[in-house]
Amino acid sequence: MSQRPSTGFRTFRAITTVMMVTWLILPLVPLAIWSFSRSWFFPNVLPSAWSLQGWEYALSDRSGVIDALWLTIGISLGATVLSVLAGVPAGRALGMYNFRGKQFIELLILAPAIVPGIAVVLGIHVVFIWLGLANSIFGVILVHLIPTLPYMVLVMSGIFANYDPAFEAQARSLGASPLKTFWYVTVPAIMPGIIVGALFAFLISWSQYILTLLIGGGRVITLPLLLFNFATSGRNDLTGAISVIYIIPGILILILTARHLSGRSGAVGGFGQI
Amino acid sequence: MSDRWKIILLLTPAMSVIVLLFLGGLALGLMRSFNYMPIIGLINPNFDAYLAVFTSSEFYLSFLLTFHIAFTSTAISCVLAIGAALLLRRTFVGRSLINFLFQLNLTVPHLVGAVGILYLFSQSGSFARLANEFGMIERPSDFPALVFDPFAIGIILQYVWKEVPFIGVIVLANMQSLGEDYESVARSLGANKWQSFIHVLLPLIIPGVLSASVIVFAFTFGAFEIPAILGANFPAALPVLAFRKFTDVDLAARPEAMAMAMVIALLSAVMIFFYIRYTRQKFRN
Repeated sequence: MSQRPSTGFRTFRAITTVMMVTWLILPLVPLAIWSFSRSWFFPNVLPSAWSLQGWEYALSDRSGVIDALWLTIGISLGATVLSVLAGVPAGRALGMYNFRGKQFIELLILAPAIVPGIAVVLGIHVVFIWLGLANSIFGVILVHLIPTLPYMVLVMSGIFANYDPAFEAQARSLGASPLKTFWYVTVPAIMPGIIVGALFAFLISWSQYILTLLIGGGRVITLPLLLFNFATSGRNDLTGAISVIYIIPGILILILTARHLSGRSGAVGGFGQI
Repeated sequence: MSDRWKIILLLTPAMSVIVLLFLGGLALGLMRSFNYMPIIGLINPNFDAYLAVFTSSEFYLSFLLTFHIAFTSTAISCVLAIGAALLLRRTFVGRSLINFLFQLNLTVPHLVGAVGILYLFSQSGSFARLANEFGMIERPSDFPALVFDPFAIGIILQYVWKEVPFIGVIVLANMQSLGEDYESVARSLGANKWQSFIHVLLPLIIPGVLSASVIVFAFTFGAFEIPAILGANFPAALPVLAFRKFTDVDLAARPEAMAMAMVIALLSAVMIFFYIRYTRQKFRN
């Protein structure tokens, strides 16, 4: 089937490609333009006056954007570290052992990836108030584990399914302590999985809105909360600037790790949560 | 240490999160939906919330709207994603660019996409301004309502924008690992392009498409911030309605919010059933 495509097909392909490229970047264009506009009223197709006001305000202390940025990074890092700590051992258990009830455990671990956050968080809210975890940063990190953990476990169980424990046995027989074996043998072998799982965990936590809103109770203001507030209050220049700031980490992560990601891995399902 | 204990120890941290937070959250939501919560002094369970929810026409309108949003977005995204993957699977100039844009789009949060769609399609948005420039409309109200509209067109546009690359990346990887041998055989046996697509390629990629669609359907059914930004006030999407009931000044509305949360949970349980059917082997390879 390697005959050259016909001219008609190539024209069709060129047109659809151009349309697809346009459509993929289109929604981001007005956001970028708004961030540099000073006044942009109907019916002007482009702003009548440009300025850096939106950016100046976004980067100033008054707007709270920088505080929110650091807070969001902190919360996402916290959720990522906890996901790695809980997800790596669980992945090892599911990837390397067969045991009774394994399918049930797999089902339980996958379920939070599909059940929407709002179905779970209303109930959690009642107890978090009682436990004093509502309106706290730690409480927000904890609820972010619900969507981040499943993909961490999924990635790690895939890694451990192709992992040969004989290397660990050899290190032990040569006199390495369990800790040294873990650090010098196990960790390097599973590192690619940890990186991919951690990136998904970070991005999934980064994009959470309703979990943060309800458990943070309006006290824990992350970037998406700020973005939502400005978007619904009509400060379009600021909204544009925050949107640009908000998508940068994801783009950086993508550029740094594109080679680790393949559509073949079940982990790509994690993108469905972002 | 026996394997049994090793497995239990290895699973304990993750299972505590799932059982305490996830199952605990669902169980407490269920209890509260029956207005039963001993720690805050509610000890007489009843069905009032479900009665109120299932007898209100607003709930049914919201449910239908949400189902329409989820179903339409998923169906359109699947068809377009398969088309895009077919287009992208052979090497050509635009491919690496689109591939990059697909992946870029995957990392952009839905919320940003929603604001972008709002600025593009609202009645004073970019397209309305272009329409004015070309003399097609005079004032913003002449432009058709594509956001805050009863058919949720803006919401669906946003989901299609985000989910075509998502499903597309999965389908494309699927097609590339299958190769073209099966289709070549079909073609050499006399099938035309269309027949070899419908009878050979499509059945091979459908499990991947379905498992991705389940994730998309469940997400689009339960997402809050996208319909909150782009949706009409009435009827609102079910998650938005549940949130409003939950934050109502009248505390009596809270069990109703929980009852709606349970409806969403039940629907996603059905989705999980389908997901398991199509991805049974995921964990093992």
